[in-house]
Amino acid sequence: MSKHTLSVLVENKPGVLTRVAALFSRRGFNIDSLAVGPTEIPEISRMTVVVEVQGSVLEQVTKQLNKLIEVLKVVELDPASSVQREILLVKVRADPATRSQVIDTIQLFKAKVVDVTTDAVVIEATGTTDKLKALLEVLEPFGIKELVQSGMVAVGRGGRSITDRSLRSA
Amino acid sequence: MSETTKQAPSPADVAQRARPKPPADPSSTDVTVAPVVPAIEVTGAQALVLALEAVGADTVFGIPGGAILPAYDPMLDSSKVRHILVRHEQGAGHAAEGYAAATGRVGVCMATSGPGATNLVTAIADAHMDSVPMVAITGQVSSASIGSDAFQEADIRGITMPITKHNYLVTDPAKIAQAVAEAFHVASTGRPGPVLVDISKDALQAMTTFSWPPQIDLPGYRPVTRPHSKQIREASRFIAAAKRPVLYVGGGVVRAHASDRLRELVELTQIPVVTTLMARGTVPDSNPLNLGMPGMHGTVAAVTSLQKSDLIIALGARFDDRVTGQLSTFAPEAKVIHADIDPAEISKNRIADVPIVGDVGEVIGDLIEQIRADQASAGPEQSDAWDYAAWRERVAGWKQTYPLGWTDTEDGTLSPQYVIQRIGQLTGPEGTYVAGVGQHQMWAAQFVQYERPNAWLNSGGLGTMGYAVPAAMGAKVAEPERTVWAIDGDGCFQMTNQELATCVINNIPIKVAIINNSSLGMVRQWQTLFYNERYSNTDLQPMQQRVPDFVKLADAYGCLGLRAETTEEVDAVIKQALETNDRPVVIDFVVHRDAMVWPMVPAGVSNDKIMAARHEAPVWEREE
Repeated sequence: MSKHTLSVLVENKPGVLTRVAALFSRRGFNIDSLAVGPTEIPEISRMTVVVEVQGSVLEQVTKQLNKLIEVLKVVELDPASSVQREILLVKVRADPATRSQVIDTIQLFKAKVVDVTTDAVVIEATGTTDKLKALLEVLEPFGIKELVQSGMVAVGRGGRSITDRSLRSA
Repeated sequence: MSETTKQAPSPADVAQRARPKPPADPSSTDVTVAPVVPAIEVTGAQALVLALEAVGADTVFGIPGGAILPAYDPMLDSSKVRHILVRHEQGAGHAAEGYAAATGRVGVCMATSGPGATNLVTAIADAHMDSVPMVAITGQVSSASIGSDAFQEADIRGITMPITKHNYLVTDPAKIAQAVAEAFHVASTGRPGPVLVDISKDALQAMTTFSWPPQIDLPGYRPVTRPHSKQIREASRFIAAAKRPVLYVGGGVVRAHASDRLRELVELTQIPVVTTLMARGTVPDSNPLNLGMPGMHGTVAAVTSLQKSDLIIALGARFDDRVTGQLSTFAPEAKVIHADIDPAEISKNRIADVPIVGDVGEVIGDLIEQIRADQASAGPEQSDAWDYAAWRERVAGWKQTYPLGWTDTEDGTLSPQYVIQRIGQLTGPEGTYVAGVGQHQMWAAQFVQYERPNAWLNSGGLGTMGYAVPAAMGAKVAEPERTVWAIDGDGCFQMTNQELATCVINNIPIKVAIINNSSLGMVRQWQTLFYNERYSNTDLQPMQQRVPDFVKLADAYGCLGLRAETTEEVDAVIKQALETNDRPVVIDFVVHRDAMVWPMVPAGVSNDKIMAARHEAPVWEREE
């Protein structure tokens, strides 16, 4: 079993997220992470799905996704040749005595404080899954009050675009 | 980066394909040519009926109700669309399936919102499993009420997402014609399947502009029909080199109208054939190379030839668990050529050595050409290529040693297998045979001799009891000149027999043979074999009376009701049924309840463990 990142271009129509999510659940494929958003083409949305499956199962996942009428294209993004990011918002206990320690710590991760109160700070960080995990580990001793994390989004490196060609005329 | 792309079809392609597939018989002239309709002002409901007319739908099976009511008003005026009022929406769904399976044309069913739509669900799931081209049209509550738990509201689009090829919720009257055109296109092209179009009541009532053909917008749908020539060449090489090849033919050949080309391939290569439950008739049973049905209740020859083969040529088949048995021990020495129009079927269950994506008719056509070319250019080193004579002899030996059969009872009670065989013999290959699900279905697959595709309709994938009567009704509507038999069990029959009323009223004279063993026979067989003969809840007649009396029931419906309880009575009632064409006929064949379906491979074990009959495993030659 290994993790695979799929970029799925879909028609921007009602119900398409349900179709994709339901396909994973009914065929027994496990979703690690799912993120959906618009693309540079208004009629097309892009889902980034991270699945943990064997290679032969990945082929089935891809083929089954392609069978959905509203799926336009499925591309697997290789971690080595793509940029993969998640966003994290975490509320950490920080009184005047510990606040500067927290801020020093998160600067090592290029994270920033986006809200401050007398007893807590909200920190925003982006990065790979591993980096965010490391950040959380060092914040743990201060006391994590609340945590929210996005699914992964990813884009291939280099000048090529997966929305090129025929999809433009869609 | 690995990627798979689907390209948008041109509008001209789509307009061309938006019509239903032509029937198998090329001499038939009822291919509807979609007319061009200039823009006119109509209601959404009128647009729906006009669109159905334009795509060539001639029959709709359905039941009206609140939300779909607006559509039924213009339906009354349509001279092209015949609406047949059924008695239960499940019947409408199976009738549409029967219509489609008998002809290859898209079947249409219609229901109202809520319970009307949910009653279609079983038939839609059935059509999905068996790749039946079908369009289901349902009314939905008004768009302003959607999501409010309104009266007769059900999210039928959400409910049917996993069991349709695609589905729509239309709330804009201007989109109705487009949705219908797309639905027919998607249902009938590529791997066929059911498409549901759910239309809100306000969309049906509102005014809109109708023109034809509508703009079709399916950028993500482009089935690959042309096989890759490299794969065809590779397949031909495998076939030349094989010593023990088997053609494993599935229902895709029926759906693709590829039976003629398949027969040509068999003629050319002389390779033994197995025809799955969904493919009975694609190669005539009278052809000595046809070994019959593989799988759990397949013939010893069909099951064994696959097990011992060195090359399986799978054509429109999907390595279903009922065919392969325990997958890890299925055909251990075989290489696999797998041709299917659905890429997701290839290497899903069994890894293919030569995957071929394409329309199976085109695949077979290309294969024939390639094999002919390869044979013409074969060098002397290929002197033993394409030579399967020794293999054919072995296979013929199994076929001869282990023919299908049964043992008659000693007390003279009727054998179900005999009844079914006589129905087939007295009716002949031009009849259409529709089964329910269970023992009678397996016997009908085994003991009727099939000589043409589309002669055998059944619920293969989903295994839907109750399929037979309504599906036979649909098949008879589609081809009124044919004799259509529903070969049904007494359990199945009681699930959908209300459609006999529909048949009587609409002059659809089907013939129903109830193979009445007073039991849920297949379940009882498993209880006999695997549950120590503890018959939990499989006895349908514990009071030893006729509840109901099927002859009286037939009579109450206005059908001709007949009964046979002994071997001597069988031919007479079948003949009387064949001579009666002014109303449906129901024959109650009272058969003994201990008959079992053989051969059998128990669920989940290797096909090597096939039992030819109870306590009777085949004996193989020593070297095997």
